[in-house]
Amino acid sequence: MTETLTMAKALNRGLRRALQADPKVLLAGEDIGKLGGVFRITENLQAEFGENRVIDSPLAESGIVGTAIGLAMRGYRPVVEMQFDGFVFPAFSQIVTQVAKLHMRTGGQTPMPMVIRIPYGGGIGAIEHHSESPEAYFAHTPGLKVVTCSNSNDAYWMIQQAIQSDDPVVFFEPKRRYHTKSTVNFSARPQPMHQASITRYGTDATLLCYGPMVKTCLDAATVAAEEGTSLEVVDLRTLSPVDWVTIMSSVRRTKRAIVVHEAPLTLGLGAEIAAKLHQDLFYVMESPVLRVAGYDMPYPPSRVEEEYLPSVDRILDAVDQSLAY
Amino acid sequence: MRGQSHDMVQLLTPEGQRVQNSDFEFTGTTDELVGYLRDMILARRFDAEATALQRHGELGLWPPLLGQEAAQVGSAHAVRPADVVFPSYREHAVAMVLGVPLTNFLSLFRGTDGGNWGNLDKFKNYQIVIGCQALHATGYAMGLQFDGVVGPDAEDPAAVIVYHGDGASSQGDVNEAYVFAASYNAPVVFFCQNNQWAISEPIALQSRIPLYERARGFGFPGVQVDGNDVLAVKAVTDWAMDRARNGEGPTFIEAFTYRMGAHTTSDDPTKYRAYADEEAWRGRDPISRLTTYLRNEGAIDDAWLAAMDDEAKQLGVDLRAAIPTLESVTMDGLFQTVYAEESVALEAQRREYLSYAAAGEDA
Repeated sequence: MTETLTMAKALNRGLRRALQADPKVLLAGEDIGKLGGVFRITENLQAEFGENRVIDSPLAESGIVGTAIGLAMRGYRPVVEMQFDGFVFPAFSQIVTQVAKLHMRTGGQTPMPMVIRIPYGGGIGAIEHHSESPEAYFAHTPGLKVVTCSNSNDAYWMIQQAIQSDDPVVFFEPKRRYHTKSTVNFSARPQPMHQASITRYGTDATLLCYGPMVKTCLDAATVAAEEGTSLEVVDLRTLSPVDWVTIMSSVRRTKRAIVVHEAPLTLGLGAEIAAKLHQDLFYVMESPVLRVAGYDMPYPPSRVEEEYLPSVDRILDAVDQSLAY
Repeated sequence: MRGQSHDMVQLLTPEGQRVQNSDFEFTGTTDELVGYLRDMILARRFDAEATALQRHGELGLWPPLLGQEAAQVGSAHAVRPADVVFPSYREHAVAMVLGVPLTNFLSLFRGTDGGNWGNLDKFKNYQIVIGCQALHATGYAMGLQFDGVVGPDAEDPAAVIVYHGDGASSQGDVNEAYVFAASYNAPVVFFCQNNQWAISEPIALQSRIPLYERARGFGFPGVQVDGNDVLAVKAVTDWAMDRARNGEGPTFIEAFTYRMGAHTTSDDPTKYRAYADEEAWRGRDPISRLTTYLRNEGAIDDAWLAAMDDEAKQLGVDLRAAIPTLESVTMDGLFQTVYAEESVALEAQRREYLSYAAAGEDA
C-alpha cells in the first residue's frame, strides 16, 4: 500500500503508529498537544491518545529531556520534541552528560530508549535561532545515535525505528522539506535505520549528503546530467554511526566525493567523512574529498541565507573542481 | 543561626531533650531510635574509612558526609520498599540504610566502574552534575503516576525522594524540576540538605531567603527541619512521602544542617570559613544528641556503645580488606555497553582495540 504524503504528515502517521503499537511510548514537548506542535507534526495525537501520552510541557527544554530520562528509567519510551534547532541548547547538558552516558556508566543497567526530535536547517526565511544545523555536536557525543530523514517514506519508517531502538536517538527533521510530498510505502519492509542509501546512481563523482541537502544534491545531479556529468547521490540517513560500507562502495566506484551539508564547514560531518575516505581510499580516489557547507559564521539573517546555504551552483562548482583535479 | 526559621521542626534538642511540635511528632519506638543511632555511627565510620582510603591513594576522591548523618538516616528510613531514591553524590548514609553493598559503592570513587552497585532500581546512580537528578526523579515520579501506583486507590502506593544540596538550589535543572513536579502533581519529595556550603560559597550567595520559603512560589509546601535531629527528619519525611504516595503532589524539605568536613578530599575549608562556625555546629551534633537522649532513657549504656565501637571498627577492617578486590571494568566491556544495541562503527573500533591490545601482549 502506498500513499503520497508530505513529510510532516508521514511523521505524524509514524508517531501515531508508534503510539498505537506500544503503550509505553509517550510524546512530550512544547505546544505538541492541542496545537499539534508549531509544525503540526503531532496534530490530533493528543485527542486520540490523551494528555498522559501526548504531553504539553512547560517551556523548559532541559526539563523536557531531564524528565524524559526519569520516564525512560521507569520503562517508558519518551519521544520529546525540541521546538526548533536553536532551542535544544538548554537541554544540551542533560543530553550530553546524562542521556548519552547512563547506559555505559551503569554497566548497561540503564537503557535510554529516548527519541529527541529536532526540526533543523534553514531556507525558510525564519528569524534567528530557527535555522540551525547542530547535528555535529550530537554526532560527536558517544552514546547517542543520530539520524535524519530526507523524504516522506524515511520519515514514516525511521521515526518508528528510532522509537523502537533501545538507544537514545537524536532525530533531525529537515523543516524546509516538511511540506514536500513523496510516496510512502506502508507495506514494504523498511531499510535498516543505520544504513545510508544510494538515491541516484552515477559514475563520475559521489555527492554525500543528508536531510535538507538531499533534494538540493538531486537537483544538482539533474543539472549535471544535462551537461553530461553523471553524479551519484548518497543520502547518509544515519550520522552516528555513519554507514561507511555504503559510502565506501559508492566512492570506490566513482573515485570522487563531495560532502554537502548546511552546517558550518569546520569540524562538521564533512570533516570526518573526508578524513575517513582519505584514510581508506587514498589510492583509489582521483581527487581529494571536497566539502560544500555553510560558512563558519552564525546563521545569517534570512534575506541573505540563500548565499550562505549550499546551492545547486555551489555544488556544481565543487564537482567541476573535483573533475578538473 | 542565619537562615534558620522560627518554624524549623525540631523534636530533639541539641542537648538531647525531646520537645513537642504542633504539626509533627515522632511515632517510632525507642528500639527504632537505637537502630537509627547505630546507622548513624556506622555511617560516620564508613565515611571516615573512605576518607582515609582516599588519603592512602585507594580512592580518587571522597565527598565526606560528616555532620549530615541524621538528615540522611532519618530520611532514608522514610523510604518504603515501593519507593525509589535519586541521590546526589554525598548520600552515603542513605545508600547504607537502603542496603547498597558498601564495597561496590566505593567503585565510583576508586574508578573501577561508573557506579554500578547492583540495586540501581532502588537507589539510583550517583549524580555528579549538580542538580540533574532532580529532573530524573520528577520524570520517574510522573511515570509512577501514569502507571497508577499513586493515590488512595493504589494497592502499594509509591513515591520518589530526590536529594540535592543548597548549591543545587541555584541550578536551572532543579528549578525546572520544581516547575514540572508542580505542574504534573508528581509524587516526588525534594529533600534538600542545606549544609550551608557549596564548596566555598555560603548559602547567602545562593539564596537571600530561607530555601524552604521558595517552595510556596512553585506551588507546593516547603518545610524546614532540623537536619541534625533524626526524629524530626523522620517525622517530616514520612509526612511528605505520604502526601506524595496519596497523590497530593510534591513537597520540599529543607534539612538545616552543616557540612562538618570538606566538600571533598580535594577541598580546604580553612581558606573560606571560620573555625568558630564549625565549633558552633559541633554543639549540634546529630549523634551526640541522640546518644544523650537514649542514655537518659536507659535504652543504651556503656556496654552498648563499646559494642557499637567494635562493630564500627570491624566495618573499617572489612572495607580495607575488600577494596583491593574490586574488579575494574575492562575496555572491552565498556565498548560493549556504550550502546544497548550494536553500533557497527564502534564495533570496528573495538576490534581495532582488541588486536592492538593482543599485539602488545605478544611483544
